[in-house]
Amino acid sequence: MTKHNNFKEKIIHGLFFLNGLSVIFVLIGIFVLLVMNSLPAFKEINIGEFLFSAAWNPTATFTAPSYGILSMLVSTLMVSIGALAIAIPIGVGAAAYLSDVAGPRTREIAKPIIEILAGIPSVVIGFLGIVMVGPILARIFRLPNGLNALNGSILLAVMALPTIISLSEDALKSVPKSFEEASLALGASKWQTIVRVKIPAALSGIIAATMLGMGRAIGETMTVLMATGCAIAMPKSFLQSVQTMTATIAIELGEVPYNTTHYYALFGIGLVLFIITFIVNMISDIALHKYGRVMK
Amino acid sequence: MNRLRIVFIGAAFLFFIPAVCFGANGMVQVKGSDTLINVVQKLAEVYMAKKPGTSVAVTGGGSGTGVAALINRTCDIANASRQIKSSEVEQANNKGVDPKRVVVAIDALSVIVSAQNPVSKLTVEQIGKIYKGEIKNWSDVGGSDLPITLYGRQSNSGTYDFMKENVMFGEYSTSLKSMNGNAQIVEAIKQDASGIGYVGVGYAKESAGIKALKVASKIGAAYYDPLNLMDVKSGYYPITRPLNQYINGMPKGLVKNFLEFELSDEGQKIIEEEGFFAIPDEYQTYNDQTLGRSGRVGESPMRPKDLEDNLGAG
Repeated sequence: MTKHNNFKEKIIHGLFFLNGLSVIFVLIGIFVLLVMNSLPAFKEINIGEFLFSAAWNPTATFTAPSYGILSMLVSTLMVSIGALAIAIPIGVGAAAYLSDVAGPRTREIAKPIIEILAGIPSVVIGFLGIVMVGPILARIFRLPNGLNALNGSILLAVMALPTIISLSEDALKSVPKSFEEASLALGASKWQTIVRVKIPAALSGIIAATMLGMGRAIGETMTVLMATGCAIAMPKSFLQSVQTMTATIAIELGEVPYNTTHYYALFGIGLVLFIITFIVNMISDIALHKYGRVMK
Repeated sequence: MNRLRIVFIGAAFLFFIPAVCFGANGMVQVKGSDTLINVVQKLAEVYMAKKPGTSVAVTGGGSGTGVAALINRTCDIANASRQIKSSEVEQANNKGVDPKRVVVAIDALSVIVSAQNPVSKLTVEQIGKIYKGEIKNWSDVGGSDLPITLYGRQSNSGTYDFMKENVMFGEYSTSLKSMNGNAQIVEAIKQDASGIGYVGVGYAKESAGIKALKVASKIGAAYYDPLNLMDVKSGYYPITRPLNQYINGMPKGLVKNFLEFELSDEGQKIIEEEGFFAIPDEYQTYNDQTLGRSGRVGESPMRPKDLEDNLGAG
């Protein structure tokens, strides 16, 4: 009987191990695919020109084709950082409210609503950007058209909010009660306790939440494709139309002939995106580890 | 184990059902141009009603996407609002694909502005310069003092290419807002009094809030209206273009049948109802060659020389 059970145990262990390994294989596989499909591009395109030139026109027929991703890189960063600038104050504030101020009834209603917000498809949010946020922005800022970086940032903030709120709330709830009690005992008000004691104590967790929200914002494709206006010029303000790296890949990959320089260059953009997201996630991971240690 | 087997068989069955019920008499996959998508979809609906059991699936993605799909053998017919490029023909031949062309409709590419814009006519050169970013303000072409906002298509669009090759003769301004399709351009222009855009004539027709500009081939020449049947059919409107469908090799079976339907009187009538223009006789003769109707051997898929006059400015 025991021999039979041991064998079954070993098989199950093996299966779980394989599952874990397969995830790593997929990640490594994607990275290898990206690298192998972008390297041929750099035989024809100078890496310096690729990373630092603002002119992207691979289908040019009256001039030489150019493959500079700088304006797209700046656009992606602008839209993501703009989204964070909106989402962090609202998100951390909402998390503080939910963890410390709200009664249990409010919390029970608010949490599912925030989860639902996370589930709205990105196309729907993009659609709202075109028909709702766009005209509002056009009216407020007297622009001919409301499809710009600010529109993208607002929509991405909405998409990053649930991540930031959930994780920040977890971080705040994990601050030991002794911190809060000590602060209140020393005469601080509830507000001062939250802002001056709890949030700094939960900072690593909040940073982790922010980085994950940023990772989501950077990789978002459909929403920015629909709502940012897709103009490839180098953006000079948030009220200008921009085109992010993700949008470029989405627009052009469908029609590019396989195994041409343009095709490889698009994979190059994908590789740059992968690396940026990887770095952002690593920062989040390091922050989370620090947060884990502080609490002990 | 028995339960597992039943589940597998059930799943396999589920995969076959759609293939069997849908398109039992044959299926045609059409991909490509956003300019053509609405009209080809209408033609497909009427065709499927006439021949039950057939299935004609029409999707978009832009002319570039359609031709790429034809080359990759993921579609039977590629809708294209431009000619196939020589690089694409080369690629196709490398993959054993022989693209043949059929002209299904004529489009008078319409340059649209907001109905509130006082400007109502431009020359081809002015339109080109506006899109290249050389003319930046409406006051330079007789309008009010407003900076021009450019709306256009994305690089996978045949219309984008056609504008570049036949109107602009240069690269687009980098501040061009690349919209996803004709409908998005129309919507954007409706809301933007300083905007200019280009759409297939079928989209300019149902137009509250936008108007199509009259175009002259050069300063001093007469201005012609893309919505005027005679201006377009006579060939005077400077930016007309044939709307094409490309197939792999000489068409046969269901594909040939569908193409013949599109070129028939009934098909051409549907095309006119959707806002485009029926093809003149020279194109019908050319199409006959591709379809092998007159029994002649098919010639090269490049555009016939004597049709050059209809194709644009300069």
